[in-house]
Amino acid sequence: MKVVLENLTKKFPGSGRNAPKEVVAVNNFTFEIPDGKLVGLLGPSGCGKSTTLNLLSGLMRPTSGRILFGEDDVTRLPAEKRGVGVVFQNYALYPHLTVRQNILFPLQNLKGAEKLSKAEMMKKADEAAKLVQIGDLMERKPKELSGGQQQRVAIARALVKMPRILLLDEPLSNLDARLRLQTREEIRRIQKETKITTVFVTHDQEEAMSISDLIVVMKLGVVQQIGKPQEVYDNPVNLFVAKFLGTPPINVFEGRIQGGRLYVGEDALLAVKGVSDRKVWVGIRPEGFVLKENGPLVCHLNGVEVMGRDISVVAVHKAAETPVIRAIISAESKVDVSAENVRFDVKPGKVFVFDRETEERILFETN
Amino acid sequence: MEKRHDFEKGEKAARIRGIAGKAVTYGLLTLWAFIVLFPFYWMVLTSFKSYSAYNSEYIPKFFTLSPTLQNYVDAFTTVPLARYFLNTVIFTVITTALMLVVTVLAAFAFARLNFPGKNIAFTVFLSLMMIPSELVVITNFVTITNLNLRNTFLGLILPSVTSVFYIYLLKENFEQVPDQLYYAAKVDGTSDLKYLRRVLIPICKPTITTITILKVIECWNSYVWPRLITDDENYYLVSNGIQEIRENGFGRENIPAMMAAVVVISIPLIVLFLIFRKKIMAGVVRGGTKG
Amino acid sequence: MEKKNWKGWLYLLPAILFLVFFLVYPLIDVFIYSFEEGYHSASQTYFGVGLYNYSYVLHDPYFLQAVKNTFLLVIITVPISTGLALLISVGLSSIKRLRELYQTIYFLPYVTNTLAVGLVFMILFKKTAYSDGLVNLLIQWFGGSSVDFIDGPYWAKMFVLCFYTIWVVLPFKILILTSALASVNRDYYNAAKVDGTSKFRIFYRITLPMISPMLFYLVITGFIGAFKAYSDAVALFGTDLNAAGMNTIVGYVYDMLYGNSGGYPSYASAAAILLFWIVLTITCINLLVSRKKVYYS
Repeated sequence: MKVVLENLTKKFPGSGRNAPKEVVAVNNFTFEIPDGKLVGLLGPSGCGKSTTLNLLSGLMRPTSGRILFGEDDVTRLPAEKRGVGVVFQNYALYPHLTVRQNILFPLQNLKGAEKLSKAEMMKKADEAAKLVQIGDLMERKPKELSGGQQQRVAIARALVKMPRILLLDEPLSNLDARLRLQTREEIRRIQKETKITTVFVTHDQEEAMSISDLIVVMKLGVVQQIGKPQEVYDNPVNLFVAKFLGTPPINVFEGRIQGGRLYVGEDALLAVKGVSDRKVWVGIRPEGFVLKENGPLVCHLNGVEVMGRDISVVAVHKAAETPVIRAIISAESKVDVSAENVRFDVKPGKVFVFDRETEERILFETN
Repeated sequence: MEKRHDFEKGEKAARIRGIAGKAVTYGLLTLWAFIVLFPFYWMVLTSFKSYSAYNSEYIPKFFTLSPTLQNYVDAFTTVPLARYFLNTVIFTVITTALMLVVTVLAAFAFARLNFPGKNIAFTVFLSLMMIPSELVVITNFVTITNLNLRNTFLGLILPSVTSVFYIYLLKENFEQVPDQLYYAAKVDGTSDLKYLRRVLIPICKPTITTITILKVIECWNSYVWPRLITDDENYYLVSNGIQEIRENGFGRENIPAMMAAVVVISIPLIVLFLIFRKKIMAGVVRGGTKG
Repeated sequence: MEKKNWKGWLYLLPAILFLVFFLVYPLIDVFIYSFEEGYHSASQTYFGVGLYNYSYVLHDPYFLQAVKNTFLLVIITVPISTGLALLISVGLSSIKRLRELYQTIYFLPYVTNTLAVGLVFMILFKKTAYSDGLVNLLIQWFGGSSVDFIDGPYWAKMFVLCFYTIWVVLPFKILILTSALASVNRDYYNAAKVDGTSKFRIFYRITLPMISPMLFYLVITGFIGAFKAYSDAVALFGTDLNAAGMNTIVGYVYDMLYGNSGGYPSYASAAAILLFWIVLTITCINLLVSRKKVYYS
């Protein structure tokens, strides 16, 4: 099912005495989710991603704009009539019901022509359980399950009624690191198998990057960029997106463009063409550094962290926005840890330039 | 198009249902609020009606055009209402203060100190919570009578002091204060008592406030024990005073004066409640759900 | 851990003194009293040990009347007050505007003197030579015939007693249930709503099980409280409850102890212990029933 958001806007009335008059949680969001894709809504807290999810599920009504599931305008349809499956952040499994009863719950709500016989319900519940591989846990109560198992039950409950779209709110945030890796693969697999258009919300960029077909980066209610994860990573449209994606985060320096050259501090980094002189921010991905004897970027060496396959060079540059910068280089490179300075060259494709004022990306060509 | 029309129709119906539901809800809530408030209104109203006006109303009026304060004067002069009032204040203040000292010390011992037999002692304490007061009142009555403490404040107060439940509540709260604070205080050479006074009590003030308020309400409204132990009206508390007024006061049933007395003794707790509304309600929830 | 020492007992001493003297000793003593036959409170002598006190109490028509009154009161007020409190709390939780105001009003009876407000109820329900009283006027206005609720027929007196008892116990129940309802995670409701669950089904399948421990707690404490009813009855019918035929078991105990009919601590003890067993039995039955019905997190 294709999902279309048209100029979707949600405003909340301000609360409290000193609060502003109203808060725009989602501002003029337009986006078409192709059928059967897994889309990650990504952004820091308060960026409007959860509100967007609630608008999709129908738990909230938009202030203006439209939502279409396929050709159906569902904007004014209440949640129960939209046919969406939702997995809540804390799973919201009914603690007094067994796993089976939890999964059966949505089916028991069906009325009229849709009403199912007991046997049909059981069959559907078993299928859903099998899909998420919890068939042997059906008679347990939620509190007897691990976090990962609860997550699966929640997904089964959301899927059992064959929703038109599936919504997941921070699906991995309550799991520990190891389970997280495992579960995100699981979500990917289930989504692939069912081919249900799925939207999930996360503040963890790694999570979003790893499993999404498309990611939507949001900030303060405004969509910053939409695209395939790798595209967004490789081509951030502004400083915010560049900073938000990637671990370790991108290194940002104060810089300027002068006479066709890009300077970081006093170090002339690259020759750039077709850009007029101005002050800029320069972002360099950690993997964009190359150790070079007489490279243009001179940094004070702080130390080296060996991470197995790679090593991370921690250094200080006075033009950097952060106290230290990090460069990820292959473990084969030899770094003289006793040296006072370290010199880098950069890979042009890993260097992004943003206007100092607007923080928008400035495209440039190198020689 | 057809389908969308359907949605809108459904939505309209749902909205009407919602409004109707709200109306019924507010209607019922208001009805109960009315039932709760009406006795209070009636008691205040009656207390301002003059004796003759009240008795001449075969059909009671819902308002009065000639309010009088005479009933309040009567309430204080014909019967020793001020004395009942003072007695209750004395009883409440002393009982609550003693309860606080005893409770704080015991809770501190259970929560913080280590002594031989502590676990057994605490189990015994807990089991004491189950003893209904109706069972022990009999012997207490005999004891106080034999000690010649009838019609004394001592006799009123002593059996009313302890509450195992409050000790338990406070002990739970004391235990939530991190141990490190205690060890830090010890390292600084603070005595146990000083630690209790300067650290523990200030930190646990909300719970202490809660049990104080609950005890004050309990004392102010207590009826059974004072009735058993006093027959001299110089020692009556307000509850007994009211009962006395009802049975013997004001000559022939002077209901407006009785209502004036009722208003007077109800006001302190209502004022206390309105001031500490949030604290009292939160306290009752905590007290009610912990047990 | 710091080493054990005896100082802890010093802190406990005041509490222990009070408890031993006014709780533990009386508890033991009340059993002894109840078996001492012909105890005389002035001379403190008795002439036998046995079950005569119990037998006397169980054959005393006043006691049987008190048992009947108490049981009626319990059976009527506990379900009604719990149900009404649930209804009101659900209503309260569904509104936003004026909610605090309603909550404050509903709580008022909790902080008022039972005896004092009981007088107001008596006036509202009483029929006197000067006036039929407000409630009777209402009844007449609706076409019924007036009845004296305070000195009249038994059912009328029982009605007032139950009505007043419910009025008195409701604040606590409403408060506890409102806070229990507020503590149910909103996500459960959202999850149910997304799945198209009807309002009634949400209430029955989710809300009710989630608050069932609190509901059950209220039923148990409600039973215990209603079995110990006394001052409500005094407030309405005066101290001579036997004459009014409206005595309760606790009232019987006190009457045996003190007042015009008093001076029989042995009978009082026997009655108090009987009450204790009744309450204990009912509570145990409650607990057994709840095992099956109540969900504990």
